[in-house]
Amino acid sequence: MDFLIDVSYFVAAALFILGLKRMSSPTTARGGIVWAGVGMLVATVITFATPGMHNYGWMTLAILIGGGLAWYSGKKVAMTDMPQMIAIYNGMGGGAAAAIAAVELMRGTFPSTTFQVLAVIGAMIGSVAFSGSMIAFAKLQGLMKRSLIFPRQQLINLAVFAGMLVMGFLLMGADQPGSFGILVFFALALAFGIMMTLPIGGADMPVVISLYNALTGLAVAFEGFVLGNAAMIIAGTVVGSAGTLLTQLMAKAMNRPISNVLFSGFGSGAEGEAGAGGEQGTMKEIDSTDAAVMMAYADKVIIVPGYGMAVAQAQHKVWELTQLLQERGVTVKFAIHPVAGRMPGHMNVLLAEAGVPYDLIYDLEEINNEFAQADVALVIGANDVVNPAARNNPDSPIYGMPILDADKARNVIVVKRGRGKGFSGIENALFFLDNTRMLYGDGQEVAGKLIAEIKQL
Amino acid sequence: MIEGFTALYIFMLAGFTGYEVIARVPVILHTPLMSGSNFVHGIVLVGAMVAMGHATTDVEKLIGFIGVMLAAGNAVGGYVVTERMLEMFKSSKETK
Repeated sequence: MDFLIDVSYFVAAALFILGLKRMSSPTTARGGIVWAGVGMLVATVITFATPGMHNYGWMTLAILIGGGLAWYSGKKVAMTDMPQMIAIYNGMGGGAAAAIAAVELMRGTFPSTTFQVLAVIGAMIGSVAFSGSMIAFAKLQGLMKRSLIFPRQQLINLAVFAGMLVMGFLLMGADQPGSFGILVFFALALAFGIMMTLPIGGADMPVVISLYNALTGLAVAFEGFVLGNAAMIIAGTVVGSAGTLLTQLMAKAMNRPISNVLFSGFGSGAEGEAGAGGEQGTMKEIDSTDAAVMMAYADKVIIVPGYGMAVAQAQHKVWELTQLLQERGVTVKFAIHPVAGRMPGHMNVLLAEAGVPYDLIYDLEEINNEFAQADVALVIGANDVVNPAARNNPDSPIYGMPILDADKARNVIVVKRGRGKGFSGIENALFFLDNTRMLYGDGQEVAGKLIAEIKQL
Repeated sequence: MIEGFTALYIFMLAGFTGYEVIARVPVILHTPLMSGSNFVHGIVLVGAMVAMGHATTDVEKLIGFIGVMLAAGNAVGGYVVTERMLEMFKSSKETK
């Protein structure tokens, strides 16, 4: 039996790596998750056969409850809410790793101190990832509107962190850790996860979620060492390093060093308003008839979608509009900024949901040179990612962030709900340019009108 | 049990593997891939099951129960969400 269990874990670990590898290319991605899923199923089923286990009834019940709830919520969630669902599932993984550590610490029988040390470190990381992810979920779900910033926050966070470390060290060295000490340790670790995440603004959340994803991976790997389970060590470590790299890529795309994200409140706006409030000039309006004509007789149209489009549920209409233009012989391309949507790649998912094939969708580096040859750049629901201030205004808080050069197109049409500022509260210089026309209205309505107008031409 | 340096070797090689697998991934797949890696650490379910299976006191059983429940949520939720996202990736050849 032991041999069969070992073989199953080995196969599972291999399937995880192959699955992730397949997931990193769009053509094979759909198969990748199935491979990894098979690995998970094999590993879970064979674990029931582990010698010397009890509590099978309750165990099955726990799997059914946890799995059932997650199945239901995962099937039901809207694509726009994906980031917070990832956060909550990730938090659950961290919590599970912490729970393993808690059980092992209470039993208090470790083969050597190394195992005890790793159990405590895994518990720390897992707990922080758990409570931090829950706060990230609450923020993205809109349950918690403001970034909580209070005086001496850094100092108090540091105190909680230090307290967690001290308790951790005590547990690492204890022969038979006491229940009370374990309780205090977990309370501090959970509190630290909350305190650390509270001051971070909604715009930075994707980076934080990605970081917690990597941390959960590490926690799983450490608990894997403690239990002597190679599948957990390998899967956890692979996720830990892949997640770290992903976090770096995201932070780079947003031009926000990870240390900035973690230790300062971007959403507070204090730094933002001062530098960029002085944008002058007038915004020129256009109505949907003129905009439709402009696009219908263009050779090349580049669409720059942003989160606003997804909020207005306009992606289906935009795809309909695209097909209509294609029938007229217009070349249509989609330009996606790395942080369009709520996290890198989120916009691609939203467009894919509407049926837009991925070979019409281009990254920033691929398409930025093409704006100069485009007749029309249609900016729909995007704002900061097309703000030329990032290129030429050193005072702007987003200065240096890579942007889509929509302003270089011959004509720019900006579809926007109203005259207000964007997600980050920064005035957009693009709106005041001579070749820019503003098309006010709800994204879905506007796209519908454009479709109707083009059909009449 | 996996002891000392063997563990360290596994850790190092798996670390490089994770890095290499992700290194050349296009931006369009960042979100699905994050979700996919989120699913993969759902393997914590296996550990939670073992921990619960060996639990003796009621408190241990309760914590084990919570752990298994959370881990199952991680694995199942991660799979469902990732699969939903990935099944939408089609090229224009497939849609026509």
